[in-house]
Amino acid sequence: MLTIDNLHVSVEGKAILNGINLDVKAGEVHAIMGPNGSGKSTLAAAVAGNESYEIVKGDILFKEENIIELSPEERAHRGIFMSFQYPVEIPGVTVTNFIKTSINSNLKARGENEMPANKMLKKIREKAELLEIDSKFLSRSINEGFSGGEKKRNEIFQMAMLEPSISILDETDSGLDIDALKIVANGVNKLKNKDNAVIIITHYQRLLDYIIPDYVHVLNKGKIAKSGDKGLAHHLEERGYDWIK
Amino acid sequence: MQLTEKLLSSFLAFELDIDINSSIHNLRTNAIKNFEKLGFPNRKMENWKYTSLNQIIKEDYTVFSKKKNVIDFKRVKDYFIDNIESYKIVFVDGFYDPFLSQTSHDGLDICIMSAALNKPKYSNLINKYFNKSASSEDSLTSLNTAFSKEGVYIHLPKKTVLEKPIEIIHFATGNEAALMLQPRNLIIVEESSEVEIIETHQSLTVNSVFSNSVTEIFAQKNSKVDYYKIQNDVISSSLIDNTYITQKRDSDVKVHTFSFGGRLTRNNLNFYQKTPFINSTMKGLTIIDYDQLVDHHTLVHHSNPNCESHQDYKGIFSGKSTGVFNGKIIVDKIAQKTNAFQQNNNILLDDKSTINSKPQLEIFADDVKCSHGCTIGQLDRDALFYLRARGIPKKEAKALLTYGFANNILESVKIPELKIKIKKIIAKKLGVSLGFDL
Repeated sequence: MLTIDNLHVSVEGKAILNGINLDVKAGEVHAIMGPNGSGKSTLAAAVAGNESYEIVKGDILFKEENIIELSPEERAHRGIFMSFQYPVEIPGVTVTNFIKTSINSNLKARGENEMPANKMLKKIREKAELLEIDSKFLSRSINEGFSGGEKKRNEIFQMAMLEPSISILDETDSGLDIDALKIVANGVNKLKNKDNAVIIITHYQRLLDYIIPDYVHVLNKGKIAKSGDKGLAHHLEERGYDWIK
Repeated sequence: MQLTEKLLSSFLAFELDIDINSSIHNLRTNAIKNFEKLGFPNRKMENWKYTSLNQIIKEDYTVFSKKKNVIDFKRVKDYFIDNIESYKIVFVDGFYDPFLSQTSHDGLDICIMSAALNKPKYSNLINKYFNKSASSEDSLTSLNTAFSKEGVYIHLPKKTVLEKPIEIIHFATGNEAALMLQPRNLIIVEESSEVEIIETHQSLTVNSVFSNSVTEIFAQKNSKVDYYKIQNDVISSSLIDNTYITQKRDSDVKVHTFSFGGRLTRNNLNFYQKTPFINSTMKGLTIIDYDQLVDHHTLVHHSNPNCESHQDYKGIFSGKSTGVFNGKIIVDKIAQKTNAFQQNNNILLDDKSTINSKPQLEIFADDVKCSHGCTIGQLDRDALFYLRARGIPKKEAKALLTYGFANNILESVKIPELKIKIKKIIAKKLGVSLGFDL
C-alpha cells in the first residue's frame, strides 16, 4: 500500500531523513520507534505532505502512485491520514463543522455526493461513542482549551470518521494517561481491518502493549537502523536506544 | 469644475429649489459656510492621515439628481434580506421610492426626512433633535447638513418594541455618469423602546457614486438599538458614513459594521454618553481585496460615571487593500468606574496589504478599567496544514480559518436571516461555496 523508497528529507536546508526504505501492506501495523531527533515526526509530515518538509531525493508510492508532488489535501483524498502530535487549535470552528467539511471535501474530491445530514449525525454519534467523547465536546472549537488527552482522542475520532486507508499516528500516546491511552488504543484496534494499515510513531513501547504491531522499525539519524517484530520493542524498552547507536 | 466649487455654487439653487423658508434654513446656511471654510479633508489632517479623498473628489459628480428613476423590484430583490418581515425605507438616486418601501405611521413614525422637515407636526421633534449631535466642526458633516433634504426619519414613542427590523437601502441606478448622494437620517428611540436597523448602500452599475451620509441616533432611557451597516457596494462606489449616537441612562446601543465592498469606505462612528449607566458596543468586520480601503474612526466620549464601551474590530486584507482603525476613547474626570475595552485584530494575506491601527485613549479619571489591544498577523500555517491534511482544499481551508477568525463578530448578529446573508456575502467574497455553516 505504502512504499517509501530511499527518502531524503530536509527542513530549512538541514538534512533530517537520509534514505528511508519502508514497505507497508494492507492489514499491517508498523511501529516506528527511535530517540528524539531521529526523524520520526519528519517521516510522518513528509508522507502527509507538509510543504515545510522538502523531499530532496527518493519517492513515496501510495497504492502504486507516486505522491511526492501531491498537495496535503490530495493525499488525504487518496486515503492518507496523519494524527498530529500537536493538534492545532482553531478558534471559531467547531469540531462538528470541521469534520463535516472534511468528510464532504473528501467525498467531493472522489466524485461522490456529500453525506446527508442525518447520516453524518448518526456517524458522528457512533464514532464519538467509540472514543468516549461527550457530545458537548463536539460543539466546541477544535482543540481550543482541550486537554492533551482530549486532543488525541479528537484526532482518533477524526480518523474514525474519515476511515482512511493508512493512518500515521504521530506520538499519539504522548500526554495521555493510562485510561485515555486505553480508549485511544481500543478505538484504533476497532478501526483496524485487513484493508487498511497503521503506522505508529512513538518514543515509548507502552502504546504497543495495546496496539500490537506486526513490524517494529528503529529510526536513528534519519535512517532505519533496525527492523524486527514486536520483540524488538520490548528489547528497546529494556535496553534503551543506546545499543542501536 | 472642482467638486468643492460645484457644491458651493449649487447651494443657492438647491435652497431655492426646496424651501428657503424652511426652519433649518439657518442651519444649512451656517453649515455651507463651515464647509466653505474647511473644504474636503486632506491627508495633512491627523484624522485623515491614511485616507485620501483626492481620487474620489476629482470626479464630476451630479450633486443633486433631479430625475426620479424607477426600478423594478425583481432587479433589486437580492439586496433585501430573504424570508423576513421588515419595514423598508428605500431610496433610488437620493429619492424616496414608495413602491419598494414599506413605512409606517401606526403609533410611531418610520418614514422619510423630507416629510419630517416639511410637515408642521414634526417640527417640535426636528427642533429638539435635528443636527443636535452631529458635529458642527466636521466639514463633511457640515456639507451633508447644508444639503440635507432626504433620508430616514424614525421616531419610536415610549415603550415601542418593534417586532420587525427596519431595512434602509440607498440604491444608485447609474443614470448619472457620476452621482453624489447625501442622505440625512434622524432616529429617535424614546424611553424603553427597541429597534433593529439594517442599512445598505448599493449601486446597481459601475458608474461612480460618492455617498456622504449623516445619521443621528438618540437612544433615550432604557432603550435598545441594534444597528447593522452592510457595506458591500460595487468597487466604483465610495461611502463616508458619519454616525452620531447620543445615549441616556440604561440604554444599550450596538453598531455592527460589515465592510466588504466599495472603493473607499470611511466610518466616523461617534458615541456620546450623556448620563451614567450606559452601554455602547461597536463591532466591525472588514474583508477587502484589490485596492479597496476601509477606514474606521471611532469615538467614545465617556462623560459620566459607571458606563461601558466595548469595541471589537477585525480585518482581513488581501491584495493591495488598506485598512485603518483609529479608536479614540475619552474618559472625562467625572467619569469614574468607566469600563472601556477596545480590540483590533487583523490578518494581512498579501505582502502589499496594509493596516494602520491606532488606539487613542485620553483618560482623565483615575478609577477606570480601560484596555486596548491590536494584533496584526497572517493565517496560521500550521492550522492551514492541519485542515488540508484532513482533505480540505487550500482555498476552503483559508476560508474556514477566516470564518473562525471572524466568528465572534458574526455571532453578534442577532437576526438569523441577516447572519445567513452576511455569511453568503463572505463566502462569495472568498470564492468558496458554503460547504459548512458556523
